Amino acid sequence: MKILVCISHVPDTTSKINFCDNNKSFDSDGIQFIINPNDEFGLIRAIWFKEKTGATVDVINVGLNNTEQTLRKALAIGADKAIRINTIPKCSKVVAKSISKYLESNQYDLIIAGRESIDYNGGMVPGMISALSKINFVDKCTSLEITNDNVKAVREIEGGVENISTSLPLIISSQKGLVEEKDLRIPNMRGIMMARKKELIVIEDYGFKISSETVKFEKPLTKNKVTLIPSNNIDKLIELLNKEAKVI
Amino acid sequence: MCILIYAESEKGKLKKDCFELASYASLIAKTLELEVHAVCFNADNAEELSNYGVIKTYHYKNKNYLNFDATIYSDYISKIFNEKFRFLILSSSSNSRYLGGILSVKLNASYISNVISKIESKSSIKVVRNSFTNKAFETVEALEKNVILSVAKNSFEIIKEPVTVEIEEINFEMSGPINIVTSIEKSENKISISDADVVVSGGRGLKGPENWHLVEDLADVLGGATACSKPVSDLGWRPHSEHVGQTGKPVSSNLYVAIGISGAIQHLAGVNASKTKVVINTDPEAPFFKAADYGIVGDAFKVVPDLISKIKEFKSSNL
Ligand SMILES: Cc1cc2nc3c(=O)[nH]c(=O)nc-3n(C[C@H](O)[C@H](O)[C@H](O)COP(=O)(O)OP(=O)(O)OC[C@H]3O[C@@H](n4cnc5c(N)ncnc54)[C@H](O)[C@@H]3O)c2cc1C
Ligand SMILES: Nc1ncnc2c1ncn2[C@@H]1O[C@H](COP(=O)(O)O)[C@@H](O)[C@H]1O
Repeated sequence: MKILVCISHVPDTTSKINFCDNNKSFDSDGIQFIINPNDEFGLIRAIWFKEKTGATVDVINVGLNNTEQTLRKALAIGADKAIRINTIPKCSKVVAKSISKYLESNQYDLIIAGRESIDYNGGMVPGMISALSKINFVDKCTSLEITNDNVKAVREIEGGVENISTSLPLIISSQKGLVEEKDLRIPNMRGIMMARKKELIVIEDYGFKISSETVKFEKPLTKNKVTLIPSNNIDKLIELLNKEAKVI
Repeated sequence: MCILIYAESEKGKLKKDCFELASYASLIAKTLELEVHAVCFNADNAEELSNYGVIKTYHYKNKNYLNFDATIYSDYISKIFNEKFRFLILSSSSNSRYLGGILSVKLNASYISNVISKIESKSSIKVVRNSFTNKAFETVEALEKNVILSVAKNSFEIIKEPVTVEIEEINFEMSGPINIVTSIEKSENKISISDADVVVSGGRGLKGPENWHLVEDLADVLGGATACSKPVSDLGWRPHSEHVGQTGKPVSSNLYVAIGISGAIQHLAGVNASKTKVVINTDPEAPFFKAADYGIVGDAFKVVPDLISKIKEFKSSNL
C-alpha cells in the first residue's frame, strides 16, 4: 500500500497571532512552525500501517523552502520520502490542484489530509483533491482499518459517528481519534539523522491561478473585563445571565 | 440570477439551520439583486422554507432513502446549479462541509468557509470569515464567477419573510454509493456541541470522570450539551467528540460555562466565538478569567450544585 500524507506547515498552537504587509499576511517573525496537528494524527496512522503491513509513506507540502524543516520532521518521525511543490499556498484551490497534478503521475492507494489546518481553518483541501482526482472521500475520519482492499472507517457526525465500509483508493481527512494521543511521536536522534538522508523532492510551481484572495486580516477587539461574582451570591449570576446577557 | 441554498434534512425534516441559511441568503439577495432558491433531499416540510424568502425549492425524493452520501448528493446539487445560479450557500454542519470542497471543484467555484458577514457590494464579492481558530477575522475576495459560502453557526438571525414558493419534486436514485454506511451510533436525546445554544464544559479541575454528573446536571437544566478540555478526553474521562479547542471542536454557542478549566490558549481558541462565557475556577489567577464575561472564584464541588438548584428554581418560577 502506498500512502501520501498532506502536510500543512502551521504556527505552533501557542503562537501570538500578528499580521504584516498591510495586514495582508501572517507575521511569522519569531514563530515556531509545526506539522498541523490534524495531519500529525494522519501521519502517525500512516506510519502504523508502514510498521504493521509494510506500507510506504510519502509526505507532501505545497509551500516555499521554509516548510522543509516541517517536512524533515515528518521524515524523522518515520515517513519515507518528502515532496515539496514550490508554490506560495495562497488559496486552497491552488494547493488542491497542485497535489492533484502530482497525483496524475504518481499513484497512491490512500491519501490523508487533515480535517482542517489550524491556521486558516479552511477545511477545504481534502474534498477538493477528491473531486479533482476523482478519488472516493471520507471526511472527518476518527478511525481507519484496512485489510487487503477493504476499508472500515468511522466518520464523525453531529452527536455521533457513522461506521462506513468502503474500498481503496481513498482519501480521508484525519483528526483526533484516528490514533491515541500517547502514540504521537517526538523525533528522536536516530530519526533525525536518518531523515537527513531521506529524499526530499522539489517540484517547480505548476502555475495554477488563485480562486480567492485575502484582502486583509483583523484581530478581534479585546474584551471588556470580567464581572466577578462572589461564590455565595449565585442569585446575582442568574440575574446577570437573564437580564444582561439574556442567555437564560 | 439566483442563489441556491442547500437545506439539510434529518429523518425527513429540515434542520433548524436551514432557516438561518435561508435568512442569510435573503439578506445578501437584496444587495446582489438575486432570487433565493433551495435544494433539499427528502424533507416533508420543504414548503416551510417559503417563510424565509425562498421562492423555489427543488425537492429530491426517494422512498427507499439511504444515508447521506457526499458523492451522490454533490452530483444532484450540481445538476440544479445551472447557468442561472452564481451562489451556493451551505451551513457548517458535518455533511455540508463534506460537500463544500467537492462542490467547489464541480461548480468551478471560489469556496469560502466560516463566513460571518454579509456581502456589501455587488461589484466585488467580499466576505469576512473566522480564521486562526477565531483569533483573527479574514476578509476574502472571491475571484471566480461562481461562489460557495459556508456560513458559521449562530452568526445570523432567523428573519421571517413569507413568500409564495414553487416546489419542484424530482425523483432521485441512490445507486451504488461507494461508501456504505453500515451503522450509525448516535445518542438520540443528547444535543451535540455544534448544535447547542448552551455548552457546559469541564476540565481537569473536576478531578475524575465520577464527578461528571455536575457537568451533566448543569447541562440538563440549561438544555445544553456537555464538553471538556483536551486532557480530560486524553485521559479517557470523556469521549474525544467532547474535546473543544484548537485541536478539538470549535464552539460558537450563546452560553459557554467552563468548570475547572484553566483557559490555556489552545482551549480559548476554540471557545472565543461563544457569546457569553462563565468561568468557575478555584484559582483567581486562572487565565480563563481574562477571557470570561462572568466569573466565580470558588470550588466547583460547592458552586455547581448550588448553581444547578438555583437555576431550577429560576426556571420553575419563570415558566
Ligand atoms: C498542540 C497542542 C494542542 C492543544 N489543543 C488543545 C485543545 O484543543 N483544547 C484544550 O482544551 N487544550 C488543548 N491543549 C492543552 C492545553 O495547553 C492545556 O493543557 C489544557 O487545556 C488544560 O486543561 P484543563 O484546563 O482541563 O487542565 P488544567 O490546566 O490542569 O486546569 C485545571 C483547572 O481547574 C482548576 N481547579 C482545580 N480544582 C478545582 C475545583 N475544585 N473547582 C474549580 N476549579 C478547580 C484549577 O485552578 C485549574 O485552573 C493543547 C496543547 C497542545 C500542546
Ligand atoms: N500547503 C499545503 N500543503 C500540503 N497540504 C496542505 C496544505 N494546505 C492544506 N493542506 C492539507 O489540507 C488539510 C486541510 O487544510 P485546509 O483546507 O487549508 O484547512 C490540511 O490539514 C493538510 O493536510
